[in-house]
Amino acid sequence: MTVVALRPKAKIMADAAPKNVIDVKDLSLVFQTNDGPVNALSNINLAVNSGEFVSFIGPSGCGKTTLLRVIADLEQPTSGSISVNGMTPSQAREKRAYGYVFQAAALYPWRTIGGNISLPLEVMGIPKEERKARIAKNLELVNLAGFDKKFPWQLSGGMQQRASIARALSFDPDMLLMDEPFGALDEIVRDHLNEQLLKLWAKTQKTVIFVTHSIPEAVFLSTKIVVMSPRPGRIHEIIDCNLGSERTLDIRETPEFLEIAHRVREGLRHGHSYDEAHL
Amino acid sequence: MMEERKGFSAMLHDRVIPVGTILLVILVLWYGFAIFLNAPFERDQAARANTTISTSQLIANTMVQERPVLPAPHQVAAEIRKTVFDISPTSKRSLIYHGGVTLSSTLLGFAFGTLLGILLAIAIVHSRTLDKSLMPWIITSQTVPILAIAPMIIVVLNAVNITGLLPKAMISTYLSFFPVAVGMVKGLRSPEIMHLDLMRTYNASKAQVFWKLRWPASMPYLFTSMKIAVAISLVGAIVGELPTGAVAGIGARLLAGSYYGQTVQIWAALIAAALMAAILVSLIGIISTLVNRRMGVRS
Ligand SMILES: Nc1ncnc2c1ncn2[C@@H]1O[C@H](COP(=O)(O)OP(=O)(O)OP(=O)(O)O)[C@@H](O)[C@H]1O
Ligand SMILES: [Mg+2]
Repeated sequence: MTVVALRPKAKIMADAAPKNVIDVKDLSLVFQTNDGPVNALSNINLAVNSGEFVSFIGPSGCGKTTLLRVIADLEQPTSGSISVNGMTPSQAREKRAYGYVFQAAALYPWRTIGGNISLPLEVMGIPKEERKARIAKNLELVNLAGFDKKFPWQLSGGMQQRASIARALSFDPDMLLMDEPFGALDEIVRDHLNEQLLKLWAKTQKTVIFVTHSIPEAVFLSTKIVVMSPRPGRIHEIIDCNLGSERTLDIRETPEFLEIAHRVREGLRHGHSYDEAHL
Repeated sequence: MMEERKGFSAMLHDRVIPVGTILLVILVLWYGFAIFLNAPFERDQAARANTTISTSQLIANTMVQERPVLPAPHQVAAEIRKTVFDISPTSKRSLIYHGGVTLSSTLLGFAFGTLLGILLAIAIVHSRTLDKSLMPWIITSQTVPILAIAPMIIVVLNAVNITGLLPKAMISTYLSFFPVAVGMVKGLRSPEIMHLDLMRTYNASKAQVFWKLRWPASMPYLFTSMKIAVAISLVGAIVGELPTGAVAGIGARLLAGSYYGQTVQIWAALIAAALMAAILVSLIGIISTLVNRRMGVRS
């Protein structure tokens, strides 16, 4: 009841002044490896507001995963500052501010699909009845209803990845950090899940940070596209992209869509040539 | 019905035939050695009596000696049958009685050893200091020959009036905690980084990470090391029965047999010990299979 009562209020507040959820300033990260230091991120500046859908796009190895992991407090920056929900990433993590979808499904092989989705709920102390309801609801959401008793190896790679998305959604975090969640899926399933994700996002007003290699996917989903370039991992360009909240997949044929996609492609190409000039 | 037959013939191919073949080879070799090793005695006898002995008579004789150097398999089998089935299990001459004595200290020592091994592994995995300080001692403990330590443990404990089951069980514990500790350290550290990271994103406590991730991930390692542990627990229990001239147990049986030159009795006890070890290891194998099935391991 209280939740229902609070929702409109939160929306009004969000309309009045967009709340900053992620603020990254001059952030750099250097990995010390046996072959010497690796500049994974350099001079990153990025602000994300509540309810935004932000995509990171860029060539392999440009630091997308690393940046996502820094936000999630799985990696510590070497210099610069970052705040998540106005706190340090570690405080935000302790408050369970986000759900993380890894590049691989990372399901526990000894748990059934239902058991895997139950995992965060168990850790967070949610009672059994409630867990059951949420497992069913989230499996439904990713089109895996009826698979809760199966073990991960009995599912295809794409199904496993969908289960891992259900797992991240199960505890209803305000923010989703997704690392190429649909990278391993075929085109049709991917389209379908893109639509589902967009609906979910529009409905719940979650903040989503989304790593992808696919330009159409980024343009279709995002309100903001962060184009990154490699070595050292930097942000090349941030492209605003708001095609209205009522989009369907058909929008991909429209001139506005193609125009943004073109800009992203140019950005990526530029990032690359910049890289080559430096080599 | 089809399925059953398929299962049966598969079993025949996978298990019965290879195991049976090896068994047959062992039996043939055993008879060969028995004849070879027991023959000198028969020749001596013949020489002493100033008679000659035909080869077939010689071979027949080597298999029915009272105190052969190496008893023939059927002699051992007869001894086992006599001491297992024909004698009341409460009698001191029953192999069941002695086996039971050894088995109880084996199991007690194995239970303690497994528990100790698991606790040590948990401590080591959760503390860098303990990892650095404890591990070398654990390894050192196993470089001390058990045959040297066993009598001391037994004698010292006897001096403070701890006798019977416990001292023997302690030797089993001493031997069996080691594979469990080493295996479980590896097992508890086996989760992938991504699985650990996932727990971190949930802000899970150390206890939650342990019970929901490290412990289930370590199960295959636990059962593998428990198989080794139970087998050496048995060795420990038998070794523990040797030094005090213990009155009961497989070890006592071996010792008594060697005092009186009862080689048949010794071999019967040895075979009994080997069978016990095989049964214990298989039991753990079965438990492991059951646990695997519950954990959804694909077969
Ligand atoms: N733990 C680590 N230790 C050392 N170097 C690392 C580590 N993690 C990542 N790197 C390096 O940092 C750089 C960025 O890696 P990152 O995984 O963030 O790339 P990415 O953009 O996600 O690539 P992809 O699209 O292939 O997933 C790479 O050069 C990588 O080799
Ligand atoms: Mg990546």
